[in-house]
Amino acid sequence: MSKRDDASILPANPPHGEPKLGYLPVADIPHKPRVTDTDPKAARRAERQVASMFILSMLLVVLFVVAFVSIDVSTVIYVPVLGEVGASNLALGLTFGGAIFFIGAGAIQWAKKLMPDVEVVQERHDMTSPKDATEEAAATYERGKEESGFARYPIIRRTLIGALALFPIPLVIMLRDLWQTPPGANPVEILSTTTWRDGERIVPDIGHSTGENVAGIRPEEIPVGGLVSALPMSIKDLKDDPVANMRDRGKSAIILVRMDPEEIRSQQGEGWDYQGILAYSKICTHVGCPIALYEHRTHHLLCPCHQSTFDLADSGDVIFGPAARRMPQLPIRLDEEGFLVAASDFQQPVGPSFWERG
Amino acid sequence: MSTATPANTGAHPVEKVGGQTATFVDQRLGSNKFLSRNLSKVFPEHWSFMLGEIALYSFIVVLLTGTYLTLFYKPSMAEVIYEGSYVPLQGIYMSEAYASTLNISFDIRGGLLIRQMHHWAALIFVAAVAVHMFRVFFTGAFRKPREFNWLVGVALTTLALAAGFTGYSLPDDLLSGTGLQIIRGILQSIPIVGTWIAFFVFGGEYPGGDIISRLYSAHILLVPGLILALVTVHLIMVWTQKHTQFPGPGRTNNNVVGYPLLPIYMAKAGGFFFIVFGIIALLSGLVNINPVWIFGPYTPDQVTAGTQPDWYIGWLDGALRLMPNIETVILGFTISWNVFIPAVVIPGILFTGLALYPFLEAWATGDKREHNLLDRPRNAPVRTGIGVMAIVFYGILWLAGGNDLMATTFNMSINAISWTLRILLIVGPPIAFIITKRTCLALQRRDREKLLHGYESGRVLRLPHGEFIEVHQPLNEKELAVISSKPDYPVLPAPQKADIDGVRNPNYRKDMLRHKISAFFYGDNIPKPSAAEIEAGQHHAEEQAEIEAPLHEYEDRDVIYNAHGGVLHHPGMPKTNAEQVAEQETRA
Repeated sequence: MSKRDDASILPANPPHGEPKLGYLPVADIPHKPRVTDTDPKAARRAERQVASMFILSMLLVVLFVVAFVSIDVSTVIYVPVLGEVGASNLALGLTFGGAIFFIGAGAIQWAKKLMPDVEVVQERHDMTSPKDATEEAAATYERGKEESGFARYPIIRRTLIGALALFPIPLVIMLRDLWQTPPGANPVEILSTTTWRDGERIVPDIGHSTGENVAGIRPEEIPVGGLVSALPMSIKDLKDDPVANMRDRGKSAIILVRMDPEEIRSQQGEGWDYQGILAYSKICTHVGCPIALYEHRTHHLLCPCHQSTFDLADSGDVIFGPAARRMPQLPIRLDEEGFLVAASDFQQPVGPSFWERG
Repeated sequence: MSTATPANTGAHPVEKVGGQTATFVDQRLGSNKFLSRNLSKVFPEHWSFMLGEIALYSFIVVLLTGTYLTLFYKPSMAEVIYEGSYVPLQGIYMSEAYASTLNISFDIRGGLLIRQMHHWAALIFVAAVAVHMFRVFFTGAFRKPREFNWLVGVALTTLALAAGFTGYSLPDDLLSGTGLQIIRGILQSIPIVGTWIAFFVFGGEYPGGDIISRLYSAHILLVPGLILALVTVHLIMVWTQKHTQFPGPGRTNNNVVGYPLLPIYMAKAGGFFFIVFGIIALLSGLVNINPVWIFGPYTPDQVTAGTQPDWYIGWLDGALRLMPNIETVILGFTISWNVFIPAVVIPGILFTGLALYPFLEAWATGDKREHNLLDRPRNAPVRTGIGVMAIVFYGILWLAGGNDLMATTFNMSINAISWTLRILLIVGPPIAFIITKRTCLALQRRDREKLLHGYESGRVLRLPHGEFIEVHQPLNEKELAVISSKPDYPVLPAPQKADIDGVRNPNYRKDMLRHKISAFFYGDNIPKPSAAEIEAGQHHAEEQAEIEAPLHEYEDRDVIYNAHGGVLHHPGMPKTNAEQVAEQETRA
């Protein structure tokens, strides 16, 4: 009773040859002759159908070559239902796809109409090996163990296990340099800072290639209710360094919104706005999507990825959705030339949370 | 041909060459032993067995088209100015990866077709894998002796998702880049090691300059290599264990009924490969998929509204959307439950549960028998209920992945939709389980009725002594075999606290638990009538049908007198129509 033999609870597999399930005896499998079995004419017709499909396939290959050579890859044509489509893609797809399809259709028609359709029976055999094979394998194993002395020389056994356990370590250690730059850097520090610092001028989001000469943003350029996507001026210096450029875009991107100062219920620091202009990180605190869907009447900012909603009039607080932290606010001021600049870096890390963030 | 040696006369030239080749190979590999055993191997047939075939064939298409794409694609994040023929993006800075993808789409003849075939075939591959898995689950095909193959299948499903995701990011367009950004956020949410993992994966701070080439080597070498190896193992196991079959006439747990490999199965399976391949090519010629040129190059400070991942990632995105915003800081360390639970814990639990299910079910039901005959889903109501429950859970998450589209399309509040789906996610699956289980049991009752009384013909008959009966007809051979195949799954007996000698049973609590789980699984099953009862029931139905038979003969005539209610004066010996007509004439 201490060790349950499960096999004893349920009936074991009955010997082969007897049906285990269902009471019915193994009956003859019902079979109805097809038209092609009885009518030679129908069989001839099926034969012609199969051959026609194979011929059609060959023709379509020829058409494919013609289309490949003759249709310019940039030609756009109008096709009802599909609309404006590339002529080359359409023609190549239809001829190539058709050529392949009809080989398959022909083969299946052939199998269904002309090959015998009588089902046959085959016996299964137990997966379990016969007893003598198991015994022989066990004996061979024992002999191998004995001859190798695996059991007799414990020192060899243990050192072998030790060596096998250690040898993958270099393979894992070498993965360390998957991340090298900057040398000696700590991810926590990197994630906690951005390029914003006191006096860093704010420039509108200038795309990759144009608008390089914008000097900055003046407060009067932002209307009440407006939103401007912006970046630090220093990003212009990174034109030839795509990695740093992308990094700063993914971290330092901000949005500027302007609202009636009366409507600002709170912000994350005293006097961080400039005449109702507030600067917030553009990177969602949930998993890092950039956000610019702004409803100026309610001051709600909505993330397009997972619909976290932030109230920009109230410190960027989360009012709905999966984000747990408010959007970090960037303190701003005016510089001598009358452009908006940052007053410092963000006071908290931007973007998604991480373990060491605290 | 006139110089043919006498020994070869009569043999078709093709056969002659084939025979010589077989001999040539056999002398070197001993292959004829294998052929003699396997060319006549029998494969059972059912439409649902083609789902795995679709997965296999679309995977082959993915491999072929993917190889072609590697000839033109450049896995580099170096910045270039686009100068190809797609006008709207000319002169724009972008990565070489994106530029080469545009090049494949607009300047290489057939390039767009192959790219779209690759994408369509990948979508179909994952879909076929998923549906194939449902089939295996609901029919109990994972049971002994096929548990290993189920594990291989679960691994393949995971790899299919990995292949899809790594490939999705390669074009480096705005949409796929946003997906990578989300992955970064998910990696960072892993407690303790997350921050470092994110830095190792991206080669530094997001996005870095390495991720595309790293995803590329995973996408074209590591993941497909593993898939190919596991697919091979999967097929070898199917081959050696022989395919399962559905119950039917002549089909038992110990045989396979179907068509031999040569020629029928080979023609059908081979033909089906070409059909799948052809349909993917036609689809790619006709229907646009993933038009990366619309989204523009990736830059981490931009995003498009209404972002949608490929369908198989949608449920994870939905989970991220539905999760309430819980985050805790303990001893100065942050745990982002709002990201970690939906993106790591839930998929982890689902896939672990999937992998372990065959072993859990075998343990719970004490079933150690070999099963080569498939279960009808109704005969295992709890398993079917669990499967439907999982599908409903998955489906709600998947819907949630489109909550913004629902909101804009139907002009509804996104908050209301999200809250509805949150509640549905909790209450929906249990309700689905109960409905499914009850439905299965109702179907079992109907089966029992059919075995005991035949099926209801819907025809009411008045017997000569005034009794009304509804005629029941016996089941046909196939139906009888299918329904009567219902296996009896006994519930594990309740353990005794102590044996006769008063010795306490040390396993009492464990055995009691198993007894209860086993009762939960099969305790409600409707018992199948005994063979004698079935025989009697069918016989009775036959008798009724016999009573009715002359009536059919009678109704078949052109002129029917006295047809109201089909009154029969002498059961089994009615007057024929002609007799009645003659009778009336003599009377007149």
